Amino acid sequence: MQAALGRIADRIRAAAGGEGLRLRGGGTKDFYGGPLAGEVLDLREYAGVVTYEPTELVITARCGTPLAELEAVLAARQQMIPFEPPHFGAGATLGGCVAAGLAGPRRAANGLYYGSVRDYVLGCSLMDGRGEALRFGGQVMKNVAGYDVSRLAAGSMGTLGVILEVSLKVLPLPVARATLRFAMDEPGAIARLNEWGGRPMPISASAWQAGELAVRLEGAQAAVDACCAKLGGTRVDEGEAARYWQGLREQADPFFAAPGALWRVSVPPTSAPLALDGRQLIEWGGALRWWKTDAVAGDVRASAKAVGGHATLFRGGDRASGVFTPLDPVLARLHRNVKAVFDPAGVFNRGRLYPEW
Amino acid sequence: MGAEESILHHTESRVDPARQRAVAEALRAFMPAHAVLYREEETRPFECDGLSAYRQRPMVVALPETEEQVVRVLRTCHSMGVPVVPRGAGTGLSGGALPLAEGVLLGMAKFNRILSVDAHARTARVQPGVRNAAISEAAAAHKLYYAPDPSSQIACSIGGNIAENSGGLHCLKYGLTVHNVLRVRGYTVEGDAVEFGSEALDAPGYDLLALSIGSEGMLAVTVEATVKLVPRPEVARVIMASFAQVETAGNAVADMIAAGIIPAGLEMMDRPATRAVEEFVHAGYDLDAAAILLCESDGTPEEVEEEIGRMKAVLSRSGATQLRVSESEAQRLKFWAGRKAAFPAVGRISPDYYCMDGTIPKKRLGEMLGFIAEMEKKYGLRCPNVFHAGDGNLHPLILYDANDPGQLHRTEEFAAEVLEKCVEVGGTITGEHGVGIEKINQMCVQFGAKEIEVFLALKRAFDPGGLLNPGKNIPTLHRCAEYGRMHVRGGKLPFADLPRF
Repeated sequence: MQAALGRIADRIRAAAGGEGLRLRGGGTKDFYGGPLAGEVLDLREYAGVVTYEPTELVITARCGTPLAELEAVLAARQQMIPFEPPHFGAGATLGGCVAAGLAGPRRAANGLYYGSVRDYVLGCSLMDGRGEALRFGGQVMKNVAGYDVSRLAAGSMGTLGVILEVSLKVLPLPVARATLRFAMDEPGAIARLNEWGGRPMPISASAWQAGELAVRLEGAQAAVDACCAKLGGTRVDEGEAARYWQGLREQADPFFAAPGALWRVSVPPTSAPLALDGRQLIEWGGALRWWKTDAVAGDVRASAKAVGGHATLFRGGDRASGVFTPLDPVLARLHRNVKAVFDPAGVFNRGRLYPEW
Repeated sequence: MGAEESILHHTESRVDPARQRAVAEALRAFMPAHAVLYREEETRPFECDGLSAYRQRPMVVALPETEEQVVRVLRTCHSMGVPVVPRGAGTGLSGGALPLAEGVLLGMAKFNRILSVDAHARTARVQPGVRNAAISEAAAAHKLYYAPDPSSQIACSIGGNIAENSGGLHCLKYGLTVHNVLRVRGYTVEGDAVEFGSEALDAPGYDLLALSIGSEGMLAVTVEATVKLVPRPEVARVIMASFAQVETAGNAVADMIAAGIIPAGLEMMDRPATRAVEEFVHAGYDLDAAAILLCESDGTPEEVEEEIGRMKAVLSRSGATQLRVSESEAQRLKFWAGRKAAFPAVGRISPDYYCMDGTIPKKRLGEMLGFIAEMEKKYGLRCPNVFHAGDGNLHPLILYDANDPGQLHRTEEFAAEVLEKCVEVGGTITGEHGVGIEKINQMCVQFGAKEIEVFLALKRAFDPGGLLNPGKNIPTLHRCAEYGRMHVRGGKLPFADLPRF
C-alpha cells in the first residue's frame, strides 16, 4: 500500500501546472456535480479495511474500498453504516461516498440513527495538492483537538485532496423494523411527518409520492410494535418494504425514470408544498424534495431560497449555469481561501463543485 | 480546576495607556460607557474563564447589546489592528476565552434571548449568550429538549458550546454539539456577515458549519444559532452496576456495545471517585465496588423495559457483582446526581484538582488505568477517575495543593504524561473541553508539523491578520520546537528545519 501511496503522490506532483486531476473511485457518481475535467486518477488500488473494532463502533478503511465490501464486513458483526449511502452502481467506493457526502433514507431518522455522512466521519487522512499525506481527527467519538478537517472533507467533491483513508462511526443493526403506508395528500404528509418527528417514535425513514406516504420504523421490537399500533396505516410486507427503501436509496424507484431533469431541493422540513411543475418525491420528514421538472434553474432555486433552502441539479438538465446553488460573495471568498489551503495550484477536480475553481 | 485554587499562570503584561485609551474611546463612539470597560477593577472579573489557573486582564472589555455594535467592535478593532477574544459565559475549562493583554474581550453575555422555538420544525433560534439548559427549559412545554448536556449546562452558553463542540453525558446516543446545531449566523473578523449551515438539513458548498463548530472562536463570531430539538423520551431508567475490578467494568462496556446496545448514557467511576461523591451527595453508590457503571436506557416505556432487560443480562454476564435499577424518576436523578457532582465532590476532599479530558479507544481502558496508577506513585499525587465510558472520554482528576509549588509543577507534568499516553494509545488530548491555552503544547504531540501548518493556514483563510482569538487551539511550530515533545511519525523528527533553542 505504501507503493500505491507513492504513486498517488507522484501523480499529484506531476500534475501541478497541468490540466489537473480528476479523482475517481468506481466512477458511479461521475454524473454528480460539475463537468468532469482533468486526467483520471484512479484510486481503486488504494483499498482495504485497515481496522475494524466492533466494540469501539469504528471502522477505518482506505478510499478505494468498495462500499459493498465495507457493508458486508459490518453486517457480519450486525453493524451498519447508519446514513445508508447511495451506491449508484456496483463499484461505489468509500472515498467517493465521503467526497460526495450523500446520505440515504435514514438521514433524518428520529433519535439514534440521525445524521449524514459528516455526522459519522471521525477522522480521515488526506493527500493535499502538494502530495503530502495529512491526518485529521481520529478513531474516537469525542475529539475536539484542532479544526474538524475530516468533517469538512465530507461533501467536498474531492476538491480539497485525495481522501486516502476514513474512520467512520458505525452502529448496531436495528433489532426490529416495520414499514407502514398511508393514503395522504402532500400538505397532510408534511404536517404529519413533522408532528411525528416531535414524538419519541422510532421513525427511521419516510417517503411521500403520488398521494401515498410510507414510513419506516426501526429500533427495539417493543418500540416498533407499539408505534405500529399507534400510527395505524397498512403494514407492508418486509421484502417489499426493503425493495422500496432500496429503490429510493439507489434511485431505482420508477419516480426517477420519469422525464425531466432531477432536482434535489433541500428545505426546512415544515416548508409548505413548493409550487413547481412536474413530479415530486419527498423524503427526510419533509426536508428533502426531489423534483422531476423542466422548470428553469432560476425558478427552482428561487422556490428553494424562498423557504430558506437550496437546490441542486442532481441529474440531467442544462448544467451550463452550475449545478450547486451559488454562494454569496463572503462565503465564496472563504471557500476559495479554504480550497487554497489544501490545493493552492488547483490540481483536484476543477469545476466539480463550483465552476470558478 | 478547583474553585479556590491559586494562580498557576498569571501574566500581567503592561499595557500602553495611550493605546488603551484610544481603543476605549473608539469603542465608546458607538457604545455606552458602561459597555466599554478598561479600569483595572472593571476588567478584573474577566481575567479568566473556567480555567482559573490562567489569568490575564484584557486591555478593554466590550459588552455589546446589539448586532450592529458587534459589527462595529469588529470593524474598529480590525482597522486598529487590535486582537479580539470572544467570550460566552466564561465556563470553559481550557482557557479558550483567556483575554489578551493587548486585546479587546468581546463579551456576548447580553445576547441572551431565545428568539423563537418552532415546535413543529423542532428547532430553536437562539442568541449565543443563552444558557444551554435554558433552551431545554423553553422547549419543555412542547415535550422537546436540546440534547447535548455538558455538566456545566446550567451556566454554560450555547455560543461557548459551539466554540468548543461541547459533549455531555448523553452524546453516545444523541451526539455532540456538531450533531445538534443546524445553522450558525455570525461575522468574520472584518465584520462581514456569514451564515454556516441552514435550517434545511444541509447547505451548498463546503461544510463550514462543521469546521466552525469546535473552532474555539477563532474563525468567526457567532451572533445567532438554530439548534435541533428532539423529543423528550417518555421514560428513562438507569442501572447502577458494581464491579470488583476496574478492568471488568471496562470489559462490560465493550460487551454492551458488542451486544448491539447503545445506552443513552454510560458512565464509569472508580472507588476513589465514588467515595468522594458519596460523602457529598449520598447517591447510594456501592462503596465496596472497585468501580461502578451507570447505564441508562431511554425511550418509550415498552422500549426501555426491553432494553433494561437486555442491559441487565449483559452486565451480569460480564461479571457485575450487584445491579440496581432505578424504580422512579427521583431515584434515577439521585443515581445521576453523584456523577454530575463528581467535580465539586472531589473539590471538597482536596484543596485543588486538575481535570483532564483525554479520549482513548475503549479497549485500552485497562492499560490507561494502570498507567494512571503508576503516575500516582511517580508524582505522589492521588487521581480519582470518572469516565464517559461509552465513548472513551476520560476525566481523571489529579488532586493537589496549589499552595505547595512543588505539587503544582508535578500536577502539570502528571497531566502532560497522561495526555501524551492518550495519543500513544490512539486517542486524543481533548474529547470535549477544548485545547484553548491549556493543552496547546500537547497539540504538538497529537499532530505533526504538516497538519499544524494546515490548521494555521485554515485560520488565515478566515482571519488573514490573525486577530480573532489568536494564540489559542493551534500552536506555532516554534512553540512546538521549544516544547520539545513532538509527534514523531515513521521515526522522522518533525520541524527538522526549525532552529532549536
